[in-house]
Amino acid sequence: MARISLEGISHAYGGRTMDPSDLALKPLDHVWEKGRAYSLLGPSGCGKTTLLNIISGLVTPTTGRILFDDLDVTHLPTERRNIAQVFQFPVIYDTMTVADNLAFPLRNRGLPAAAVTKRVTEIASLLDLTPELSKRARNLTADAKQKISLGRGLVRSDVAALLFDEPLTVIDPSLKWELRSKLKAVHHALDMLMIYVTHDQIEALTFADEVVVMKDGRVLQIASPAELFEYPAHTFVGYFIGSPGMNIIEAEVDGHIARVAGQTVELGATYARPPAGSTVQIGFRPDFAALAPSGGYAVRVRRIEDLGRRRIARVAFGPHEIFATVPYGVSLEGEEAGMTIRADRVFVYVNDERVYGEAR
Amino acid sequence: MTEKPLNNRAWWLVLPVLLFVLFSALLPIMTVVNYSVQDAMAGNSYFWNGDGWFRDLLNSQTEIGARFSDALTRNLSFSFAALFIEVPLGIAIALCLPRTGRTIGFYLVILALPMLIPWNVVGTIWQIFARADIGLFGAALTGLGLHYNDTQDAVSAWCTIVVMDVWHWTPLVVLLSYAGLRAIPDAYYQAARIDGASRWATFRYIELPKLQKVLVIAVLLRFMETFMIYTEPFVVTGGGPGSATTFLSIDLVKIALGQVDLGNAAAMSLVYNLITITLCWIFFTIMTQLDRRGNP
Repeated sequence: MARISLEGISHAYGGRTMDPSDLALKPLDHVWEKGRAYSLLGPSGCGKTTLLNIISGLVTPTTGRILFDDLDVTHLPTERRNIAQVFQFPVIYDTMTVADNLAFPLRNRGLPAAAVTKRVTEIASLLDLTPELSKRARNLTADAKQKISLGRGLVRSDVAALLFDEPLTVIDPSLKWELRSKLKAVHHALDMLMIYVTHDQIEALTFADEVVVMKDGRVLQIASPAELFEYPAHTFVGYFIGSPGMNIIEAEVDGHIARVAGQTVELGATYARPPAGSTVQIGFRPDFAALAPSGGYAVRVRRIEDLGRRRIARVAFGPHEIFATVPYGVSLEGEEAGMTIRADRVFVYVNDERVYGEAR
Repeated sequence: MTEKPLNNRAWWLVLPVLLFVLFSALLPIMTVVNYSVQDAMAGNSYFWNGDGWFRDLLNSQTEIGARFSDALTRNLSFSFAALFIEVPLGIAIALCLPRTGRTIGFYLVILALPMLIPWNVVGTIWQIFARADIGLFGAALTGLGLHYNDTQDAVSAWCTIVVMDVWHWTPLVVLLSYAGLRAIPDAYYQAARIDGASRWATFRYIELPKLQKVLVIAVLLRFMETFMIYTEPFVVTGGGPGSATTFLSIDLVKIALGQVDLGNAAAMSLVYNLITITLCWIFFTIMTQLDRRGNP
């Protein structure tokens, strides 16, 4: 078990480069605490797998240092770091039985046979693989194979961190949930540092204590799932997390008000005037914008969808199409409606980054 | 009309294929079968001989039987020697090739060159190459003080034929193995590194199992071709010295065209054919069963 620190890590495929747009991973400092579960979340090609491979040592970063506790491992090869990784597609050793698969990493490290058997039995029971132990691994289903890959990581007692690279991609949807709760259970049982790469926000938010949201090689925000939802630090985070995502509309911010399409939206804080030429936007979650037959900002209702737990309306707010909540018990007639927004949940973004105002 | 239209005229479309198969395979084989059960005399007169030719062929006490069993032994030895060298060597070379990069195209073209050379040209090249007086290979070996002469010494002749086949056809195994290796996803190698597997363990537990399917093809192709080999030994050694490199196909041609002994030749070619098919079937079954072992 260890703490993993990244110091100024960045990476460009094809070597050193001066042009920041060539960086697959932009400079990053972060400390991964032991015993916690992290998710790397972002669209395909955002650099999350690169970051994971840098931690596991499959990729050597162009700049920066990686420390396991206080040991610099930047140039140590994978096999000499105490890392286990589970890949997108299950990797199993075809010709071996499940038990031999699980024993493989231990035998390679020269553990005595008795210790190997003991450890394999433990891990197999943890993963519910005991009935499969004597079967040949190649004939199992994809989820069982993925459990074997996971087991090969867990079986080593020296592992500092367990890394997952979209491990549920090839798993049947009905089994995904089960395997994910297995992962959570394993995490609680073994108290290991786990880092989980995914582009599926549900997977990320349900798995992790802390989520790292990435886009175009840049880390946009590192926060708990609740914080990501409530206080997105970047317009992309607001848009990417939540369904539907955050409403983000261009506005003119002046002190504690924002002007949108001729109407004035109250802000929860007083903001300094943004620099000239920058893009200024306000953002608020549909969850904090409620519709009523009248009162508040005037909007036109386009369509209402009943999602069961809540009703979401697509409305026109001036020229902007946004989403708002229709509380149960409220019935809207015709197109005209009024919208109220919780002022403390309206955030201001300058060039996509959240800016903070002074509390009123 | 409520009935489903039924039109058998479509069968005519199969006719060209039937005709082709008839003339290319069925008629020649039946001609051979015809010769194998009759004794042909001059003037196109035939006498029924039943299974007489086959009895002689399979009885090693007779002259033809002894020739046949000797040639069969030579063929099997040659095939196994060639497979035994070409398959491991081919895999080894494929493993040494770079996985990516610009040079790989160059290597593959160089490796594939021997395969593009026609059989009789290969034979001619090696016939000259192996000459003990002026051939580079032969003269070099003689120069090293080795007793080498492929026209007088059976061991020399054998070595020449085997080395020639290895040179000519190992590239096929290399190409097949290389394609098989390239099909292994990177994640397997990465997982092996994380699991601390040695180079040998990576080969034994990842690469070799993944290569199994292409190796079935490689072994089958190489076995069939070595078992039927004719042109190269015919050009290089002419079956000699003595009958040291007289393989079944060479002997067959000698009997059929040299001695015009059609009954013996026909029986021999049918048995030869049957052995090839049976051995291929055995290889295929063993290797695919190996693959399926452990299936529920």
